[in-house]
Amino acid sequence: MVVFLILVLSEEGGNLIGDQQPPLLGEPQEEFVPIDQLPPEDQLPAAPLLVAAYGIIWLVVFGYLWSIWKRLSSVENELKTISNRLHND
Amino acid sequence: MCKDLRIESRSWEMISTIVFFAASCVLVFSFALVREGRPIEGVAPGIIWISVAFAGTLGLGRAFERERHYDALRGLMMAPVERSAIFSGKLLGILLLMGITELIIVSVVALMFQVTLFERPLYLIALLVTGTVGFASVGTLFAAMLVRTRSRGVLLPVLLYPITIPVLIAGVGGTFALIQADPNLDLVRFWIATMVFFDVVFLTLALWTFELVMTE
Amino acid sequence: MNSKLFLGLMIVGTFMFVAAPVMIAQAPYESTMGLIQKIFYFHVPAWFAMFLAVFVCGVSSALYLFRKNPVADRLAESAAEIAVLFGVIGLTTGPLWARKAWGVWWTWDPRLTMALILEMIFLAYLLLRWYGGPGSDKLAAGLGLFAMANVPFVYISVNVWRTIHPTTNVVPSLATSAPGMFVPFVWCMVAFLILFIVMLAARTRLEEKRAEVEQLYLSLEDV
Repeated sequence: MVVFLILVLSEEGGNLIGDQQPPLLGEPQEEFVPIDQLPPEDQLPAAPLLVAAYGIIWLVVFGYLWSIWKRLSSVENELKTISNRLHND
Repeated sequence: MCKDLRIESRSWEMISTIVFFAASCVLVFSFALVREGRPIEGVAPGIIWISVAFAGTLGLGRAFERERHYDALRGLMMAPVERSAIFSGKLLGILLLMGITELIIVSVVALMFQVTLFERPLYLIALLVTGTVGFASVGTLFAAMLVRTRSRGVLLPVLLYPITIPVLIAGVGGTFALIQADPNLDLVRFWIATMVFFDVVFLTLALWTFELVMTE
Repeated sequence: MNSKLFLGLMIVGTFMFVAAPVMIAQAPYESTMGLIQKIFYFHVPAWFAMFLAVFVCGVSSALYLFRKNPVADRLAESAAEIAVLFGVIGLTTGPLWARKAWGVWWTWDPRLTMALILEMIFLAYLLLRWYGGPGSDKLAAGLGLFAMANVPFVYISVNVWRTIHPTTNVVPSLATSAPGMFVPFVWCMVAFLILFIVMLAARTRLEEKRAEVEQLYLSLEDV
């Protein structure tokens, strides 16, 4: 079952990669220009973008999990106070 | 539905104001989407369908507002009438309203943009009918759903537009293909078929869930 | 969800996420895109998680609507929030990747457009839930069901819509997943799956506790 899942996912991944259709500014290119052959002015530094991407992901994920955790503890406190009140009444 | 029609015929208010709104929508677009004093190419189908969507949303809001005002909907729900009949009645009313509006919109756009809209009237009618049915089915359900909700005025378009984007794409795509000098009729038929599918699925879903969503 | 299972999943998930950057760094460079391609190890699984969330929301919305099961309602709301969250991740990492790889922040490519539409639908769902007032749970359930039913139509319409416009695109002849990339990719997929389950469980638990509090308030009034 796990092997099957992995095969399916890898196919999916392969398809997803193969389907990317990036538009290029200006004329359509007929073939690929590998990144190190591009003129220097076309080469954006990739590192800041990559760092930004992963940074955003971590921030969003942990932010959300932390917010759930905070709300959960406050709700559980509220639960405790009310059930105490209920049992004392 | 007969009740709605009778109310409509007694007060032309809703029809005339919404038709006027649709016409002014078209006008606004034609002034906004202009380049060097002339309308941009190929913009006419988009204008048609956006105006239809806006006018339809207004009509939906108004149709149910009256019900709400007199709390008539609850009365209707308690009456021994089949729920689906209530839905269908409202739907037909809206379809009629939107149909009249579309006639005006298409005519105005054809006039102002000199597009050959009436060359293949059957295809055009098919596109408009299937698109309107799809939009109105979802719209009627959502409008009925929201009748007693806070912020219902702004929530209706918020909920309705994303869901009906496929209808919009199909309608504009089909109309655009139709007005070309050498129309690709296969493509037009494809879009019509897509909308028919959409209509079948969502009309069914709407009828199915109408009662469930309304019971309160 | 049983708390031991939850804890176990959290630990596994955390471990996987800690190990992931190492694996990603060691993965081979993709020949045409270079460093920026490494975004894909998180970008693709994020979208996968989003679609999963959409599906969960749709199904539980239907369950709530037809069976009136309150658990389904909580699940639906949590899934919608998580769908929007993963959608945000996808829609921000995507343009960051695109900026480097394609030179533009956005393009009306079918997949991107569809993703955007889906994200908007679920944002609408959340707006309805938060600001619709009482009774919006059933209405939102209706919307959730419609949203899920809409997915194939969005797919068809957007795909055909784009292909009738002339494009200046070039399909990159990317290398098929080399083994060096395959393992980190699957690792990240599984990690995101676990993350999704953990998030869903936590968020649903929050709703559960809230419902309990409300119940207690009600019984307090009766006293």
